[in-house]
Amino acid sequence: MAKRTFKIFRFNPETDEKPSYKTYEIDVQPAWTILDVLNEIKWFQDGTLTYRRSCRHGICGSCAMMVNGINNLACELQIATMKKDPIVIDPLPGFEIYKDLAVNMDPFYEALKRVKPWLINNDPAPSRERLQSQEEFALMGNSIACILCAACTSSCPSFWTDGEYLGPAALLKAFRYTFDTRDHGLDQRIEALDNKHGLWRCHKITNCFTACPKNLNPTEAISKLQKRIVEEKL
Amino acid sequence: MIHRHDVIIIGAGLAGSRAAVEIGQVADVAVLSKVYPSRSHSGAAQGGIAASLANISKTDRWEFHMFDTVKGSDYLGDQDAIELMVREAPETVIEMEHWGCPFSRTEEGKIAQRKFGGHTLEFGKEPSLRACYSADFTGHVLLHTLHEQCLKHNVNFYSEFQALSLIFRDNRAIGVTAWDMVNGGLHTFYGRAVMFGTGGYGRAFHITSNAHANTGDGLALVTRAGLPLQDLEFVQFHPTGLWKSGILVTEGARGEGGYLVNGEGRRFMEDYAPTLMELAPRDMVSRSMQTEIDEGRGIKGEDYIHIDVSHLGEQKLMERLPQITELAMNFAGVDPRIEPIPIQPTAHYSMGGIPANPNCRVTYNANRDETVGFYAAGECSCISVHGANRLGTNSLLEALLFGRRAGKQIVEDLPHLEFPNLPADYEDEAKGEVEKMFNSTGKEKVGAIRDELQKSMTLDCGVFRTKEQLEKQHTKIEELEDRFKHITIDDKGNRFNTDLLEAIEMKHLLSFSGAIVEGALQREESRGGHSRKDFPKRDDDKFLKHTLAWRKDGKWELTFDKPVVLEGVSHKGFEPMERKY
Ligand SMILES: Cc1cc2nc3c(=O)[nH]c(=O)nc-3n(C[C@H](O)[C@H](O)[C@H](O)COP(=O)(O)OP(=O)(O)OC[C@H]3O[C@@H](n4cnc5c(N)ncnc54)[C@H](O)[C@@H]3O)c2cc1C
Ligand code: SF4
Ligand code: FES
Repeated sequence: MAKRTFKIFRFNPETDEKPSYKTYEIDVQPAWTILDVLNEIKWFQDGTLTYRRSCRHGICGSCAMMVNGINNLACELQIATMKKDPIVIDPLPGFEIYKDLAVNMDPFYEALKRVKPWLINNDPAPSRERLQSQEEFALMGNSIACILCAACTSSCPSFWTDGEYLGPAALLKAFRYTFDTRDHGLDQRIEALDNKHGLWRCHKITNCFTACPKNLNPTEAISKLQKRIVEEKL
Repeated sequence: MIHRHDVIIIGAGLAGSRAAVEIGQVADVAVLSKVYPSRSHSGAAQGGIAASLANISKTDRWEFHMFDTVKGSDYLGDQDAIELMVREAPETVIEMEHWGCPFSRTEEGKIAQRKFGGHTLEFGKEPSLRACYSADFTGHVLLHTLHEQCLKHNVNFYSEFQALSLIFRDNRAIGVTAWDMVNGGLHTFYGRAVMFGTGGYGRAFHITSNAHANTGDGLALVTRAGLPLQDLEFVQFHPTGLWKSGILVTEGARGEGGYLVNGEGRRFMEDYAPTLMELAPRDMVSRSMQTEIDEGRGIKGEDYIHIDVSHLGEQKLMERLPQITELAMNFAGVDPRIEPIPIQPTAHYSMGGIPANPNCRVTYNANRDETVGFYAAGECSCISVHGANRLGTNSLLEALLFGRRAGKQIVEDLPHLEFPNLPADYEDEAKGEVEKMFNSTGKEKVGAIRDELQKSMTLDCGVFRTKEQLEKQHTKIEELEDRFKHITIDDKGNRFNTDLLEAIEMKHLLSFSGAIVEGALQREESRGGHSRKDFPKRDDDKFLKHTLAWRKDGKWELTFDKPVVLEGVSHKGFEPMERKY
C-alpha cells in the first residue's frame, strides 16, 4: 500500500462559478487503476465526484479522461506505472463539461452518424453468409476494435479549432466500412468525407494515434481513405 | 415530462437493440439506456455466439445443439423454447453478417467457428466447433453492428436515462418512469407495449465479471410491480475470472487449447470430466476448481488456479485472443505468452429472471398466464433456455434471438394494443423514492453497505452453498436492508447525480439478492449452477420445477410448482439423465 496524491478537476455548472482542482490523498492498493481510485473517493469519501464508468476493463469506452495531460482509459491505467506525484486528472478536452469528469459527448456521436456508419449494400442478400476471405477481412485491420471512447478526437488540435470536423474516430469508422469488401457505400459517404470538415482537415499531427488506448491508428486510416477518395475521383 | 411512443424499450444491449431494429422500421419506438447504447454490457462478451452453421464441424445440426443445451441446463430448461432457439440460431447469426458484422473467417471465407464448453456432435461424442466469433471481442462487434442498424433506422434513443419504476396496472404494462441523468428530473414514458432488456446483475457479488452497470434494475422494478421472478438461485460462476478482480478470461481460451493446472502442476480436470476435460460445462469446471482450492491444491495453497495458454504461441494468441493477452498484462501483471494466468471462479451470468414465454410475453404464474403489453428478453428474462446452467455462447444467442423474437411479436401485437391511460399516481412511486434519497440524513454509506453485500454473497452464496451459510446470508441481507434505511447521499444536486443513482441501484441489489438466497435455501438439491453441499444430488421428484418468487411486505414468497417443458415444439424432447461429461 502506498499513499498517493491526486489532483482532480471539479466543476458543477449548477453551483460553481468556475472550475477548480481538489486534492485527495489515497492509500493505493497494489494493482489499482485510476478508476479504482475514483471509486474509492466516490464510495468512501466524497459521493459528489462525478465520472462515467461501466465495464472496468477497457471495452465499453465510458471512462476516457485526461491523466497527467494524456487522454487514456481510467480503468486501464495502473497507478504503479505512474511516477509523477501528484497525479492530475482532467476531463476529456474539447467537450462541454457536464460535471467534473463527465463531458457532453453529443457532438462526437453526431459526427459519427454523419459518415453513415452501417453497411451499405443493396444487392439481395444470399441465403448464407456473404463470403469474405481472410485477406479481405484483414483490410479493415483493427479498426473494428474501436470502442468509441473519444480519446483520439478529444486530443486532436484540428477538432479543437473546428467543432464541425468529423474527427479521427468518425473517420476511422468511415475507413472500417469503406475497406469492408461487403460495402458499396462510398458514394453515399463521400459528401461527408471529401470536404474541409472531413478528411482534408487532418494535418497528420498523430495525437490520435498516441492517445488511442486500443493502439489503433486513425491517422493511417485517414491517409488510406484520402488515397482511396483521390483514386475514386480520377 | 411525459413521452408517448408506440413502444418503450428499456435497455440497449443485444436484446433491446435487436428488438428496436425490428420495431423501428414500422412503428415509433423509444429505447432508454442508462449508459450510451454501445457501452452496454453485451459489448464485453468475448468468446462467441452459438449457431450450428456447420462451417467447420460439417455434420453439426440443430438437434445436437438442442441436446447440448438441454443437458447443459441440467434438464431445467424449457425444451420448446430451446428448440426454437437452436433452430433459428443460424438465420439470426447470418442476418448479423448481412448487416455487416465483422466475423472472423474460415479459409473458405465463411464465418469462423471455435469450440466451447459443452457443445458437441452426435449427442456428446466429440466437441463441436459451433461458436461463431470475431477474435475475442464478439459481443463488441455484434453490439456495435446492431447499434449502427438502429442509427440507420432512426430509432429514438434516450441515452443516460435510468428507469426507476414500472407502471403496471390490472395486468397491463403502461410504461416506466426514468431519471434524466444529465439534467436531473423525472420523466414518464408510456406506450402500447413495454419491453425490458435490462441485462444481468453480477454486481450483487464481490468477484464478478460484470460491469458496474449490471445491477439487475429490471428485476427489482418488476417485483415492485407485484410480478414474480423465476429461478433466481441459479447464478453462473464462470471458472476463469482473473484472480482478485473477477475480470473475465474467455472460455475461448480453453476452446483454443488452454488448460487448467492446480498447485501440484497437474491438469486436474481429468479427475472430474475425463472426456471433455477443460471443455466441460462451466458449473462443473467451477466446482472442480473450487474443490481443488478448498482442498488446498490451489496455486501456493491460495485461492486461485492457473490457466496456461503459453503453448498456443504468440501468433495464435495475437490473432485469436488479443484482448485476453492485453487483459492479463493490464490487470494481472502476467504475460500469457510466457507464463500462466492466475484465475478463480467469478459471478458471471444470471440464468433466472423475469418469467416469459418463447414469444417474450411476460408471464405471471405457474400456469404461464400472460401479462398484456409487457415483454422481456436477454439476460434479465427467464424464458428458460438455460435452465440451471447456461452453456457458453448461448447467451449472446439468447439475447439476440429473443430480442428479435420480441421485436417481431410486438410488431404483430401492436394492432391489438391500444394506448393505455396513465393512472393518476403514475409517478408517485419513483418520486417518493427519489425524495427519500435526497432527504435522508442517516449515517450509513451506500459504499459500505454495497461492499458488505457483495463480499457476503460471494462468500456464502457462491459456487458451493450450505443451509448454515444461506441462513447466515439471509440474516445479513435483512440487516443490510435495515441499515439501508439510514443512508445519506452526499450529492443533493440535479446535474449528473450518479451518487443518487448508485444508491437506487444499491437498493435493487439488496432486493433481489434476497430472492437468490431464499431460492438457494429452499431448493434442497444440487442442479447446474446451484450446488448444495448438504444436498449434493439432483432431486427430480421434488425439484424438476421452476421456482417463482414474489416479494410481499418485504419478504419473499416462493413456490416450486411451475412445471418444466420437457418436449420440444417438433422434437419429442430429451429425457432427464444423469449429467456426465
Ligand atoms: C465479460 C463477459 C463476457 C461474456 N461473454 C459471452 C460470450 O462470449 N458468449 C455469450 O453468449 N455470452 C457471453 N456473456 C453473456 C452475455 O454477454 C450477456 O448475457 C448478454 O450480452 C446480455 O445482453 P442483454 O441485452 O440482455 O443485456 P446488456 O447488454 O447487459 O444490456 C442491458 C441494457 O439495459 C440497460 N439498463 C439496465 N438497467 C437500466 C435502467 N434502470 N434504466 C435504463 N436502462 C437500463 C443498460 O444500459 C443496457 O443498455 C458474457 C458476459 C460477460 C459479463
Ligand atoms: S480510435 Fe481509439 S481513441 Fe479513438 S475512439 Fe476508437 S478506441 Fe477510442
Ligand atoms: S469502464 Fe469501460 S472502458 Fe473503462
